[in-house]
Amino acid sequence: MAETNSQNHGRRKLVSSVMTTLTAACAVFVVAVLLLIISYIAIRGFSSISVQFLIDTPKPVGEGGGIGNAILGSVMMTALAAVIGLPIGVLAGIYLAEFGNNWYGNVVRFLADTLVGVPSIIIGIFIYTLIVVPMGRQSGLAGGLALALIMIPIVARTTEEMIRLVPDAMREGALALGAPQWRVTWNIVLPAASTGIATGAMLAIARITGETAPLLFTALNSRFYNFYLDQPMSSLTVQIFNYATGPFEVEHAMAWAATLILVGIILVINVLVRFLTRKRF
Amino acid sequence: MTYRISELRQTMRSKISVSNLNFYYGKTQALQDISMEIPEREVVAFIGPSGCGKSTFLRTLNRMNDTIAGTRVEGKVTIDEQNIYASGTDVVSLRRKIGMVFQKSNPFPKSIFENVAYGIRINGIHKNKADLHERVEKALRDAALWDEVKDRLNASAFGLSGGQQQRLCIARALAVQPQVILMDEPASALDPIATQKIEELVVDLKKDYTIVIVTHNMQQASRVSDKTAFFMLGKLVEFNPTQKVFQNPDERLTEDYITGRFG
Repeated sequence: MAETNSQNHGRRKLVSSVMTTLTAACAVFVVAVLLLIISYIAIRGFSSISVQFLIDTPKPVGEGGGIGNAILGSVMMTALAAVIGLPIGVLAGIYLAEFGNNWYGNVVRFLADTLVGVPSIIIGIFIYTLIVVPMGRQSGLAGGLALALIMIPIVARTTEEMIRLVPDAMREGALALGAPQWRVTWNIVLPAASTGIATGAMLAIARITGETAPLLFTALNSRFYNFYLDQPMSSLTVQIFNYATGPFEVEHAMAWAATLILVGIILVINVLVRFLTRKRF
Repeated sequence: MTYRISELRQTMRSKISVSNLNFYYGKTQALQDISMEIPEREVVAFIGPSGCGKSTFLRTLNRMNDTIAGTRVEGKVTIDEQNIYASGTDVVSLRRKIGMVFQKSNPFPKSIFENVAYGIRINGIHKNKADLHERVEKALRDAALWDEVKDRLNASAFGLSGGQQQRLCIARALAVQPQVILMDEPASALDPIATQKIEELVVDLKKDYTIVIVTHNMQQASRVSDKTAFFMLGKLVEFNPTQKVFQNPDERLTEDYITGRFG
């Protein structure tokens, strides 16, 4: 009896250490891939970055050129998408979590999940048909709308999940004090879920900042600084695509540099949102 | 002397009056034909085995069960002669009148001060900032928590111990000046010392509030309550003065439960 016990014990210990090592190895793998990508981008891109590069517009090969207008375009279209997509997404998520336990909620949930799975280029074509064709030209507006469409279902579903994590006990506590439903949601549930909602929003913003395909149809590209949303607009991702597919080595170097800037912007957004929504209580 | 007191109690106004209450979770009937008078400024304890409906019944008194989909109520619950299930009842103002303390302490993710201030703020009870502070302090004092937290009112409520969190929830309920306080096993997750504090508090609060307390702990019921209701399988088996329930119950079932023959 004692023998079988110790045998089992030995086997358990072995299985346990093997599994621990395996999970740790997978964790290292995930982080290693990320570090590899970032460091490779940094190595390839860093040397081409200069103030001039960050300010200039694209120029013919051999005359330098930069990504200033692309940064501006990316920021403007992402901002437009966030301004449209975040409120709609968050409010839809609140509805789904707090009031959506009915057939309508189920339909919305299913459609949102489907929309998340639609390839972004399809969204681009959709906006092309809806906005670009009637307007007669590509525009920053169309690009921003396409990005917003990609963003809304992601934000809605993550918001819903985060709000569902808030324990019912907390809601009941507030209801029992005579708080109307909307105040319970607004003062208690949303603050309790804020970190998670912000994380979801941030992931969505990071995702759309990195989108290329929907912008090809909608915002196209531009060689100039453009502050008007009704004109074609450059973006970092499309500019990277152009530089990377160009025939010249200098263009490739600029593509790497632009990629580094893109990753840097996403990182800054990430850190900023984490800082702004850090748990105070 | 005892006779006189009990006679006095007979003449006491009943605060909550329940008649022929049936309650359903979907098709399952959880409460059957319950009628009961809960007197003003007394402590009434609900005891009974798990799943007997005592918590469900408690939650019908402030319509907290409304939040659960698929539930249905028949019968009448009147508080101060008003049927709270009448159509057109303002559930929000009803719940303001009926405070509730839950089994698991559920402070909000806010500071200690803001937890207590929340109910005051949403109901717009305070006149100004100084008044708000006064009310928060009074509620914390009444919940016997003030001395322990007065130096860290702006700290997170989650930093308090379990017993302190529960007293914070009591303070939060007291702050909106309810008339009735419903307590759903308020001490079941607490150690004996914290439990004793809550029990003392219950007895102390009786002079101002009508208190209904659900408890698994029969000693607790006998220590804090004036009247005890014994529930079983969704039925009210016996409702009598606590002393009688524990010493000379009318029903055989009650005796069996209290003496530990089942439960």
